[in-house]
Amino acid sequence: MAQAQPRMPIESGVPDHFQYMHPALRRNYGMWAWHDRPRPGVLHHVSETGEEVWTVRAGTQRQLDVDTVRKLCDIADEFADGHMRFTIRSNVEFTVTDESRVEPLIERLQAEGFPVGGTGPSVSMISHTQGWLHCDIPGTDASGVVKAMMDELYEEFVNERMPNRVKITTSCCQINCGGQGDIAINVQHTRPPRINHDLVADVCERPAVVARCPVAAIRPALVNGKPSLEIDERKCVCCGACYPPCPPMQINDPEHTKLAIWVGGKFSNARSRPSFHKLVAAGIPNNPPRWPEATAIVKRILRAYQQDARDWERIGEWIERIGWPRFFELTGLPFTRYHIDNWRGARASLNASTHLRF
Amino acid sequence: MPKPMHETPMLDELEKGPWPSFITGIKRLARRKDMMVDLLGQLEHSYQTRKGYWKGGTVGVIGYGGGVIPRFSEVADAFPESREFHTIRIMPAPGMHYTTEVLRRICDVWEEHGSGLISMHGQSGDLQLQGCATDKVQVVFDALNEMGFDMGGAGPAVRTAMSCVGPARCEHACYDTARAHREVLNVFLDDLHRPALPYKFKFKFSGCPNDCMNALQRADMAVLGIWRDTIRIDQERVREYVAEKGRRHVLDNVVTRCPTGCISLKDDDTLEIRDKDCVRCMHCINVMTRALSPGKERGVTVLLGGKRTLKIGDLFGTVIVPYHRMETDEDFRWLVELAQRIVDFWAENALEHERVGETIERMGLANFLEGIGIEPDPHMLRHPRTSSYVRTDGWDEAARRWYERRDARERAAG
Repeated sequence: MAQAQPRMPIESGVPDHFQYMHPALRRNYGMWAWHDRPRPGVLHHVSETGEEVWTVRAGTQRQLDVDTVRKLCDIADEFADGHMRFTIRSNVEFTVTDESRVEPLIERLQAEGFPVGGTGPSVSMISHTQGWLHCDIPGTDASGVVKAMMDELYEEFVNERMPNRVKITTSCCQINCGGQGDIAINVQHTRPPRINHDLVADVCERPAVVARCPVAAIRPALVNGKPSLEIDERKCVCCGACYPPCPPMQINDPEHTKLAIWVGGKFSNARSRPSFHKLVAAGIPNNPPRWPEATAIVKRILRAYQQDARDWERIGEWIERIGWPRFFELTGLPFTRYHIDNWRGARASLNASTHLRF
Repeated sequence: MPKPMHETPMLDELEKGPWPSFITGIKRLARRKDMMVDLLGQLEHSYQTRKGYWKGGTVGVIGYGGGVIPRFSEVADAFPESREFHTIRIMPAPGMHYTTEVLRRICDVWEEHGSGLISMHGQSGDLQLQGCATDKVQVVFDALNEMGFDMGGAGPAVRTAMSCVGPARCEHACYDTARAHREVLNVFLDDLHRPALPYKFKFKFSGCPNDCMNALQRADMAVLGIWRDTIRIDQERVREYVAEKGRRHVLDNVVTRCPTGCISLKDDDTLEIRDKDCVRCMHCINVMTRALSPGKERGVTVLLGGKRTLKIGDLFGTVIVPYHRMETDEDFRWLVELAQRIVDFWAENALEHERVGETIERMGLANFLEGIGIEPDPHMLRHPRTSSYVRTDGWDEAARRWYERRDARERAAG
């Protein structure tokens, strides 16, 4: 009997965008002239052809159940000709060609529990990773941290009352899939991995694990007669890079896995060059289900920024103007030896001048 | 008879508050999917013990080597229904546009064969179907593949790319981001679907220097739109803006915010821009969206080597092509060929688990440029070297080539 041939994939790659795009966007592709923001959560674009579209942006939980996706589809069918798109921060956008439909769409989204906002100088949705829900190496959850924080920052999402836009990110390990942010809430481990020496030889490719360590703190060793690995705990920076290739080197710990907060990351080239975020607070407890300590620090930083920054200054640009001593003064956060970088290139972060503010 | 719910006192806390709750969504699914009952049980267990309980493994579809993120539970004895909870990464269209028709079809397939939970979207730009049993992975993929979707990247492979809304709805887009996204990615499908590179390689496409895709910091190869001529000024609109907002507003928010001080507000309430000093930062255009716009001579800047922490620390992408026009078929072919040259050279020369930014760091940009056949250019630096620890034996030859290139440019410019 002839065996059935397995179905081979159609290697079609990235699909064509025009087939899914709202017809007004398709008609005016590459012909947009200018835009403004009539209210928070709404963008208004005008084409060179004179055609206009209104975009209504709403926040989502990112981890969407099919019922929520279908609800968004119902809304798109009713208001946006059966089209929608998503932003990099998991916001959903509906395109409306009739201005009079904007307010009813906003009302409908709000009635269904979707906050309308995330435009201009607001705190947009926090970009996040997988966490305990799905990652194999997470130090904390992601969706839960974000949900808890967005509950607290809700008013800053639906209003535009920050000096400039605020992009917040979270990451549940130090690989930092969440990326750079004006404020980043990232896992920071504080204890070297605990090694299960019985498993290392069977589970881990030891030379690859040794090579993975950024500070050469791991070396092969014979433990209890079995080939294993050992860590020079004085050199270890607790980054957890060895854990993915070698799960018996457990880095996560209910007590010693902490959160750290970083500020001043910026990816736009507007005004200043792009910048990386900088460490401002560490040792924050990883405290589910609502992580109140981390949220309190985020809100404290946001309040200082909101009160003190000038229009268009991003958090990093604001600190660049006022200086770090003033940042720590305004936020009440402690300055410690751990803020002083000692990684490669660290000297570039030291103050080699008498530019001082008193 | 659906499986009874586990007690989830901590997760229940995440149903409170105004932001949409993923827990409420998962509970809706749990009423008809036992898998999601146990998923909630395991997640609550993670919250109680502050530990993750997933491990990887090997799961895939016929014909591809990657794209499925295998997840097996380490606490399956207590939560057996979510024992296998794999993610299938699917590449969306550039700009993440959908029709409700296609989204509903995805939902129907996923409701029938999977958990019903979809991440829109992951940090690499994939639509992620989260929670698939091993024996359902092939059928789910086949259904989506027949719909016109293809698997995303995972592991040491070219990864799913991202591009901004671009010319579909943004007047700042200096090139067709979606076209570049598709043309570049779709020549790398073998490297995307069958992981065999030293490590991951990410492409991201942003239409202007605002870089909404965060390409510069996160993509191995970042393609950012830029213009080479002058900012277009509609002086009538400038006057209207000044009349509406006041001179002080324009001085404080536009003129003094220019990083190179190249803008002046003139006595007649029009703007003057010394474009030779302009670094195309976008700020003034972002503020005065109606009066100012990018120039007409548009193209791309290519930056290489952006990445996050592991292994040597965070790296920005750095300029390797300051400007290339991006209009004709030939221009797009140039971009594709550049990408191929870079990935080939990196794949041949990188150490295992080394991102291209780290390869450049290890061998030096000058050597890397030679490897990919690009001549050095002062736009690539913030400033020339400050260390005298360098051999300059080849200086005369390098200088001669610089003059040759300069003369060739001048001849071409007529």
